[in-house]
Amino acid sequence: MVTLPPALSDWFTAKGWSLHPHQLDMLARAADPATLLIAPTGGGKTLAGFLPTLSELNTNPPPGLHTLYISPLKALTADIRRNLGHPIEGAGLKIRVEDRTGDTSYTQRRRQRADPPHILLTTPESLALLLSYEDAPRIFAGLQRVIVDEIHALAESKRGDQLTLQLARLQSLNPQLRRIGLSATVENPPALARFLAPQTTILQADPGPDPDISMLDTEAPPPWSGGGGRYAIPAILNEINRHRTTLIFHNTRAQAELFFHDLWLQNTDDLPIGIHHGSLSREQRERVEAAMTVGALRAVVCTGSLDLGIDWGDVDLVIQVGAPKNVKRLVQRIGRANHRYNAPSKALLVPANRFEVVECQAALDAVRAHTLDGEPRGPGPRDVLCQHILATACAGPFDAGELFTEIVTSGPYATLTKAEFDACLDFVATGGYALKAYDRWQRLKLTNGKWHLRDPRAAALIRQNLGTIIDTETLKVRLRGHATPLGEIEESFAATLTPGDTFLIGGQIVRYETLREMTVEVSKSPGRDPKVAVFNGTKFATSTLLTDRILQIFQQVSWPDLPVHTAWWLAKQREVSRLPDPASLLLESFPHDNREHLVVYGFAGRNAQQTLGLLLTKQMESQGLAPLGFVATDYATLIWGLDPVTDPAPLFDLETLRDGLETWLSGNAVMKRTFRDTALISGLIERSHQGRRKSGRQATFSSDILYDTLRRYDPDHLLLQITREEALRGLIDFSRIEHLLSRIGTNIDLRRLPGVTPLAAPLFFEPGRIPVQGEGRDRLASAQAQALMEAAGLT
Amino acid sequence: MPSNAPLGQKAPMHHALFFHGETLHLRPSGALYWPARRTLAVSDLHLGKSERIARKGGTLLPPYETQATLEKLDRDLEVTGADTVICLGDSFDDLAAAEGIAESARLWLIRLIAGKDWTWITGNHDPGPIDIGGNHRAELSLPPFTFRHIAEPGEKAEISGHYHPKARLSGQSRPCFLADASRLILPAFGVYTGGLRAHDPALTTLMAKDALAILTGHKSLVIPMPH
Repeated sequence: MVTLPPALSDWFTAKGWSLHPHQLDMLARAADPATLLIAPTGGGKTLAGFLPTLSELNTNPPPGLHTLYISPLKALTADIRRNLGHPIEGAGLKIRVEDRTGDTSYTQRRRQRADPPHILLTTPESLALLLSYEDAPRIFAGLQRVIVDEIHALAESKRGDQLTLQLARLQSLNPQLRRIGLSATVENPPALARFLAPQTTILQADPGPDPDISMLDTEAPPPWSGGGGRYAIPAILNEINRHRTTLIFHNTRAQAELFFHDLWLQNTDDLPIGIHHGSLSREQRERVEAAMTVGALRAVVCTGSLDLGIDWGDVDLVIQVGAPKNVKRLVQRIGRANHRYNAPSKALLVPANRFEVVECQAALDAVRAHTLDGEPRGPGPRDVLCQHILATACAGPFDAGELFTEIVTSGPYATLTKAEFDACLDFVATGGYALKAYDRWQRLKLTNGKWHLRDPRAAALIRQNLGTIIDTETLKVRLRGHATPLGEIEESFAATLTPGDTFLIGGQIVRYETLREMTVEVSKSPGRDPKVAVFNGTKFATSTLLTDRILQIFQQVSWPDLPVHTAWWLAKQREVSRLPDPASLLLESFPHDNREHLVVYGFAGRNAQQTLGLLLTKQMESQGLAPLGFVATDYATLIWGLDPVTDPAPLFDLETLRDGLETWLSGNAVMKRTFRDTALISGLIERSHQGRRKSGRQATFSSDILYDTLRRYDPDHLLLQITREEALRGLIDFSRIEHLLSRIGTNIDLRRLPGVTPLAAPLFFEPGRIPVQGEGRDRLASAQAQALMEAAGLT
Repeated sequence: MPSNAPLGQKAPMHHALFFHGETLHLRPSGALYWPARRTLAVSDLHLGKSERIARKGGTLLPPYETQATLEKLDRDLEVTGADTVICLGDSFDDLAAAEGIAESARLWLIRLIAGKDWTWITGNHDPGPIDIGGNHRAELSLPPFTFRHIAEPGEKAEISGHYHPKARLSGQSRPCFLADASRLILPAFGVYTGGLRAHDPALTTLMAKDALAILTGHKSLVIPMPH
């Protein structure tokens, strides 16, 4: 067993610290090729990961890079550097620790390449850049260890897929390299272990006591529909008062903004409360973080931007507003409260509407039963692979066979075939088009059996485009006459604003004045209702685990665990119609307000229910049922039209749905958006840099044009294949429609009812109604153009 | 976005503009047709753009834009029956692109040019003569109009290109013509072309306050030019 350097164990003793069992275990396993440590927050996970490094480096190590630490957050690397500094300096170890991120200065980065520190703290993107330099083999010569922090979060995204390819690269450079992964609680440790390395030992730390978690009691019942949980503000203020520091999580930025605004209006005790989300300016977020660290805030309204990272220490209550959608994320969020090992975390769930009461109950049951959700991620995406091949070429000539062998050691790419790899290589080298147009200008050339960049000067531009994080185009928002920005809004949202419009940002209502260069100028607009607050807060679909549990709750004879108002509502539905169950598909058909309505209780999650709405209305259109529109939630799709559906079975035929999907997919906006991301990651198009956008004017054109061109002239092109795969996995979520159909078989239960049912009623208040239109779009635009001309007195 | 409607579809509607005593058809494709002189004008074709980007060490874009642009042009020529054609500059993405154009595209162009009075006006991307038939001019006067690549302040009855103007309607941004009493600016006709928003100072200072924007797309739509 490896032991700690005496200087370090003396320092621990002097501090009165003793190591946790799992920290000692990490030392015991120091020689293992790969270890995955799963430990709750506050368990000294990061220190555990570094103990083998500290003991190997000892008091006076020779120069050279020994350990690479990779974290998903820049902020975390700075935090770790500080925390690691205490024992290293305290014990007088001569170990150099530095971080390297996009914020690191050019001179510092240059120096790090020439003379790397013993421990380098970085992000997957900065590592991709380092590995793309020709001197990468020299920089990483002698690297002994790599530590991947928050690996559960990385494993859910393309950043993680890219990272595993980089780990494979590092392993080729240093066959003796050992890997450590640090993770929060996950549903499938073996899958995560395989993600880290081919042979990984799993180390489970004591998970600590169960969390203290319940639903918040409020005087008023939640509303029938809608989000945000603003009805619960008095009860939430009361909880904030009773605790030291409270984190209030919301699912979207827009909801966080609206909630914060109302919370502030009702905050008669003037409690110091802040707001934190990804659309706020860095300055504003840093101010909130700093205030949190010194304990100056009693509560922070936040979104997923606080899911990871910085240890806040003093948080003693987590409130989740809105249904958690996903149990695993809920459990990880709860872990943000009480960062002391062996103390239970305390959390409250606040359902935003009546249906979410049931969903929150399902989540509580799941947490108590220790079941977590998670969909397997499928094979590694090929656009990431294309980028990796391009980055590899930047570092120097490579042998295709060797690169393939290296890539399939990475977990997500273990099942990649040689043919798939060759297609990606061909795309990178020649564009992979049916029309061979680039013989003279190939990006990669084959010389003496090795692939290399045709034009080595291209490397600089390729490096600028590395990474898999796609930023939406945003504009800074600034108060007139002020230098510091309030935050950012999406360009597409800014385009819908006209002078005088008001919206919420950073908790205040502002009035849109003008757009100047890349900045939206606003003025303060006190005491008026905001017109809109639209940020691209991701709309997560409720997980299969949760929807299954909700269906089970529906099967209970009575509901003693649910609040009375909700139990009464479900009983009423059972009386009027029936409750949906797992073995069949309930359809309700009824007239209302001069329209025929059909409710499809698919419980397939928001994205799949939306896709179902599109596919079903298309078929109803062809059957002459004149559908007029639909709206989807996580559990149902409501369709309205002129004629009732009487024979539903043909509508739900899997083959017909699949055919409908093919035709509908191709021209769809979701596909264009997905194509753009894929084209950026695979290196077909370059990121538009702000400076260039300002001066470049006509130079850039929309990726939609490329999508349309490829579809028309080269429909089997690799990037279209990838786009399709991605869209089906993501926003279209067709797999859950397939899952639904296999769950119900032929059991479709259509009930004809005289009017709206209790379970269907909330759907009528649901926002996001989608009109079904044939050629309506052109007519709409014509009418609008006409109105503009008339307004300008030009007709 | 340029119309990508399949061939054979019914020709969408143009906008008729009365300009210096003449009627001009502003077509949804972005082409200008002058029926009295059976003249078709297009601007900024940027043929060979993907080849140029690849040659400069950039990315390998789908190499189909020359074909797509020529299909559009072919269709406009067929529908209008024009016998005079004016390309208002930046017809090729650069001179090397003009020389490096694929043989099939070159033959196609020669076929289009054959039997027509065809003028290539010099643009900033293609400043020299192109070895492909037709006349080459810095600018062209066909009274009452002057055709040139870049608009000149103070000119009257001028038709030009260069700026790739675009404007937004119903949340969608489309290439557009800009017209006021003294000048008409054409949108880019090439498929791989971006645009400059009509409210950019470069365009608002050039055009009069009461200028119109005529949007391309499925059907030409007229709105007041955004400022």
